[in-house]
Order: sequence, then C-alpha cells, then structure tokens
Amino acid sequence: MRVIAITAEDIWTALEDVMDPEIPVVSLVELGVVRDVQVDGYKVTVHMTPTFSGCPALEVMGGDVVERIRQLGTEDVTVEWIYDPPWSSNWIKPAARDRMKTIGLAPPAIHNGDFQIVLLEPVECPHCTSMNTSLKNSFGTTPCRMIYVCVDCREPFEQFKPL
Amino acid sequence: MNTKLKAKLAKYLIAIGDDELVLAHRDSEWCGHAPILEEDIAFANISLDEIGHARLWYEIAAELLGEDKATYPDQLAFFRSASQFHSIQMNSLPNGDWAFTMLRQFLFDSAEVPRLEGLVESSHKPLAEAAVKIRNEEIYHLRHTSAWVKRLGLGTEESNRRMQVALDELWSYAQQLFLPIDGEVDLVAAGLVPDSAEIKSAWLESVVPSLEQADLIIPDEGPPPRDRSVQTQHLAHLITEMQSVARLEPQGRW
Repeated sequence: MRVIAITAEDIWTALEDVMDPEIPVVSLVELGVVRDVQVDGYKVTVHMTPTFSGCPALEVMGGDVVERIRQLGTEDVTVEWIYDPPWSSNWIKPAARDRMKTIGLAPPAIHNGDFQIVLLEPVECPHCTSMNTSLKNSFGTTPCRMIYVCVDCREPFEQFKPL
Repeated sequence: MNTKLKAKLAKYLIAIGDDELVLAHRDSEWCGHAPILEEDIAFANISLDEIGHARLWYEIAAELLGEDKATYPDQLAFFRSASQFHSIQMNSLPNGDWAFTMLRQFLFDSAEVPRLEGLVESSHKPLAEAAVKIRNEEIYHLRHTSAWVKRLGLGTEESNRRMQVALDELWSYAQQLFLPIDGEVDLVAAGLVPDSAEIKSAWLESVVPSLEQADLIIPDEGPPPRDRSVQTQHLAHLITEMQSVARLEPQGRW
C-alpha cells in the first residue's frame, strides 16, 4: 500500500488539467462545474454540477475527474452531482472566456441573474470581432450552444449559452 | 416526510418524468428527418434536455423510495412495460407533421413552466433545487417553440390550416396535463407540489393569447381527460422501440 497524503489543494491543482470534453481549451475547474473537493484520509469526494442537465458529456466529465484524481495515488474517488446553486455561465473564468474565442466559440455574456435580458444583446463574432451578427438557431451542436452567423465576415460561429 | 407521503411524491415524480421521457423519444425521431438542418439540431437538443429532466425526476424518486439513484432511472426507462408508464397520452401520439410536433411541444413546455414555478417552492429540498435548474433550461425551449407557433400560425394559408388541425386534435389531449395525479391532494397539502388547477389557469393565461395572436381558434376542451393509467396503443410501439437495445443485453455496460 502506498503511503501518501493527498490534500484538497493537490486535487484542485490536478483538476486544472481536466478539460471539458467538448471545449478542449477550457478546464472543468475554469468552467465552474467542479464545486467542492473533500478529502478524508484516502477517500476523495468531488461535488460537480452540470451546465445543462441533459448534457450527454456529463458521464465523460465525471469519469475524467475520477481518472485524474486516481493518478495521485488513491482509488477511493466519488463524484457527486449537485444542483444547488444551479450552474451559472457567469462562473466561467475570464481567461477561459478569452480562450473560447480562439476556437471560434463566443463566450456567454455576463448577466445579473436573469439571463433572458442578455439574450437581446448583440454577440461579438469570435473570428472578426464584428458586433453585426445574427442568431440562426437557439440550439447548436451541444445543449449549451447557440448558432450565429457574422454578417460582416460571413462566418458561422457558436455562442456558449448564457444560463 | 412519512413513508406514505414519500411513495406518493415518488409516484408524482415518475409520472412527470414519464411525460418528459416519452416526449423526448418522439422528439428524437426527428433526428435526420426535420424540415431543415437547424431544426434537426434543435429537436435533438430539446430531446436531450427532456431526457435529462426525466432522469432528474427519476433520481429524486429513487431517493424517496430507497432505491439506487445510479440504476433506478434506467430501470424505469427500459424495464417497465407500456402499461406501467404514467405519461399523458398526448406525448405518445405519433409526430404527425411539423405543425403538430411544434404545437405539442409548445403546449407541453407552456405547462412545464408553471409546474416548475410551483415545484421551486416545494418543501422537499432536492425537488426544489432540481426545479430551479430545469426551469432555467426550459426558457430556451419556450422561446423556440413560441416563435415557431407564431411563424406557422401567421405564415401561409397552408401552415395556418395545419396548425389549426393540430390544435383541434391536441387541445383536448393537453387537458390531461391538469388532471390531478394520484395522491396529489396530500402532496399539495404538505407544500410539496403545486395544485394542478393553478397550473392550468397559469397555462391558459399564457397559451391562449399566444395562440390567438397566431391567428388560431381555441377549440372546446372536449370530453374529460382520461386517467394517467390509460395509455394509447401508440405508447406500446414507442416503448418497444425505445427499450429494444437495452433489453438485448440487460446487464450490459455502455
């Protein structure tokens, strides 16, 4: 048996490597879906919250988190999904928002709790920074994205949905 | 909460979870067949959302019944017969045309909103928390379907005609959404779920003006709705297809 001591801090640091399966430039920690890490001896419990409850990537996310923590030397890792408080797109870290743009994904606008208001605001094209863009579909390639087209550079792009 | 009340609440949650799951399956049937690519994507997404919501309701039911949260939702979805489902009949009807599909989704989502507003206030904390989550996601559905109802209602003579035909068929089916679910009286008294009559009046206040603005005529309610234990013949076909893969290898891991 390996004798090691894992701290919550070690785990938080390790989880910075675990990327969102569908947004490979953003970690699950930056996305705000990892909410809490509890360490009791060798037993690790991670509280996670889904972006969208029907997201088909949830199992992959949970599995990736478990696998990364096991690399630190403990087998006893559990992910618990929690719903309170509900995930908010406001939690996505500023640096992660900038990186989303590099893969052609417009970050969600910051809102005051009622995201319906920012749905009326113009969205910046991640390719050419034009604000002259048009919503094509409230649903995109994943439950958390919408499809836009830029009127100026004519490129389609997706926006991470405000929630 | 005593055991009897827990069982009643679990039954309620399984019923509304069944509504979501059955409609999600119908929505998924548009995948690869919707009139335009954007709608193909939209309905696949709406379907995923509704499956996610069904799972949430089933998980809370599992906890109330002392079942395993990880496996019980799949047990409910894939290993019950059609007669054991408590979904409303409307959601099992074949998709019909685009107008029928869109209007059904609109009528259903419009009833979900006031139900969720009520469940947000539930005295059972896990239920209230899930309701907040689902309510926020449903906003995107209703935004989408209400725009389509208007577009089709005010589109061409043909699209309006098809919408009216769909409304004439769906309106009486939709009334089953507001028939109190078994045990509801006690659940309402305990502050666990909202009163179906209140959901109905909120629903009417939102859908009637929308439908009228879309140049549609509200039909009569028709005969009183059937109990949730009575299913259409369509549900059996739907369930057989939905469960076929899971039942090939019941112990399989995917």
